[in-house]
Amino acid sequence: MYSIILATASKYLLLLLQMFSVFLLFRGHNEPGGGFVGGLVAAAAYALYFIANGIGKAEKLLAVDPLHLISAGLLLAVSSTLPAFAAGRSFMTAIWFDTGISLFGKVGTPLVFDTGVYFLVLGIALKIIFSLAEEDRP
Amino acid sequence: MNQIVIIPILLPLASAVAMLLFSRSVTIQRIISLSSSCLLLAAAGWLLAAVISGGMLSLQAGGWAAPFGITLAADLLSAVMVAASALIGFATVIYSFAVIDPERERFFYHPLLQLLLMGINGAFLTGDVFNLYVWFEVMLISSFVLLVLGGTPVQLEGAIKYVTINLLSSSVFLAAAGILYGIAGTLNMADLARIAPRIEQKELLSVVSVLFMITFGVKAAVFPLFFWLPASYHTPPVPVSAIFAGLLTKVGVYALIRFFTTVFPHESIFINDVLLVASALTMLTGVLGAVAQYDVRKLLSFHIVSQIGYMIFGLALHSPLALAGALFYIVHNIIAKTNLFYISGIVERISGTWDLKRAGGVYARYPFISMLFLVPALGLAGIPPLSGFWAKFVIIRAGFEAGEYAVTGIALFVSLLTLFSMMKIWNEAFWKERPHQQEYEGINRYVSMGIAGKAMLLSPVVMLGLLTILFGIFFEPVFRIAESASLQLLDPLLYSTAVLGRKE
Repeated sequence: MYSIILATASKYLLLLLQMFSVFLLFRGHNEPGGGFVGGLVAAAAYALYFIANGIGKAEKLLAVDPLHLISAGLLLAVSSTLPAFAAGRSFMTAIWFDTGISLFGKVGTPLVFDTGVYFLVLGIALKIIFSLAEEDRP
Repeated sequence: MNQIVIIPILLPLASAVAMLLFSRSVTIQRIISLSSSCLLLAAAGWLLAAVISGGMLSLQAGGWAAPFGITLAADLLSAVMVAASALIGFATVIYSFAVIDPERERFFYHPLLQLLLMGINGAFLTGDVFNLYVWFEVMLISSFVLLVLGGTPVQLEGAIKYVTINLLSSSVFLAAAGILYGIAGTLNMADLARIAPRIEQKELLSVVSVLFMITFGVKAAVFPLFFWLPASYHTPPVPVSAIFAGLLTKVGVYALIRFFTTVFPHESIFINDVLLVASALTMLTGVLGAVAQYDVRKLLSFHIVSQIGYMIFGLALHSPLALAGALFYIVHNIIAKTNLFYISGIVERISGTWDLKRAGGVYARYPFISMLFLVPALGLAGIPPLSGFWAKFVIIRAGFEAGEYAVTGIALFVSLLTLFSMMKIWNEAFWKERPHQQEYEGINRYVSMGIAGKAMLLSPVVMLGLLTILFGIFFEPVFRIAESASLQLLDPLLYSTAVLGRKE
């Protein structure tokens, strides 16, 4: 069933929800939020777009295979553990460095890890949704 | 130096992730899989060497101090088990290249194998009861997928039993961990070893230890919780069966040893009596099941159960000699058992059947492969000078020293039946003329393999066979490691001091 209202709204909601998911990702360090929730919200944005416009358009919009999102996310998470090795600290110890810019403040490996989780959750949720949607394909 | 404890976990994870990136190209996946297994073997060897020369290593992930953070610890037992798992992982990767079908490879066979190895290594290296649960789950989920990959009806039937019983035992594990946390206030193994003697609620502690015994008993396939194993292990492709047979049950045995030496040494008097009876019945039922079978893989699966009995017997005796024997037995059994599954795969390739009654005549055409079978088969039965002889010799001697004549007698009798059933395979599959020879023209899938395929099929078998012989000949240096591992286990204070970093 194609609804023009939902299809039009989903385009704007997609952008809004994606911005909100990134906001949640950054907010997660000290307040409720983080990579997991952010990833889920981003996946919900795409799911909404898919419900409104069909699986073909949603896949075209995403442009990458969800599986590659999964592996990219895992790779980011794994690589975030490596700076601790290089610094001779205990495995997975958070390494921070000060950017000096007041807007960013300190940037560290936990953010890299969380971003990895973000992509991993986005990828897995979309993989599941797209697999279930296969039978919907014309 | 302590950083190397994480490498056996990180390496398979990194390679599995890298393989997902190249999900389209099986060739690249194969290259990554092989190189990561080589590196893993090297890392495990390094870890073992470091633990032998420098004593126990422990790592607090993220730098958070011991009872609160995520602890990884490698004493000799862990290091030896990781080395064994890396070895079997390496051999299985090579063997898989020769036999696994392209369809399974396309559906992430290689990444799953690496994730399985990660789970196994994690279970060996963790120093925390809850993390042990997590690593068990990582290992089990990978094994579930490997078991059903391909989706043939017989695989699914085996998987239903395997998954159901394992989920059940996982929930028992979780409940036990919860109760333990409630009474002890910590799940760090080193901290538990320190706190356990001072816990007031002795009854609850006994309940918890029995719950742990049940859950690890299921994973280790101890009598009467073994029935899922022969019902499922013969269904997946040979390399998967082989790595399951070699490693998965031994993770359960490892957990039993770890719990009832390091964590709960004070509970062990009651537990040891239970384990002693269970071990005798495990040995006996396993081998009797094996004697009755004519399907090679089912026969070998029942043998896994029977061999687990010996290891549990060693644990139940709880003397330094018996524990060292049990550890040596585990390593010997991992190598010999995996090898037997490999060879059963080759024999099936040659004769086109798993049924011993319909097979035959392998010796006449392939004497070398037949000899390769004899090494682990006689090793498992305990013929000197192979490693199995020493493994059984030590355990039986420890049994006599402890005065457990009945169970030791059963162990000797079971050993005889093991030899009998190995000889049954030899007679039926290798020695006798093949019945209805002309019906089997063109069924031999081994002949048509290229030279590279044959090399990949045989080299893991030769490698593990050589190890069975070498462990038998150079018994003393190997056993000395097992002995110091058992002395470490019987001194829980050593473990808690190494992890917590203080004496009390």
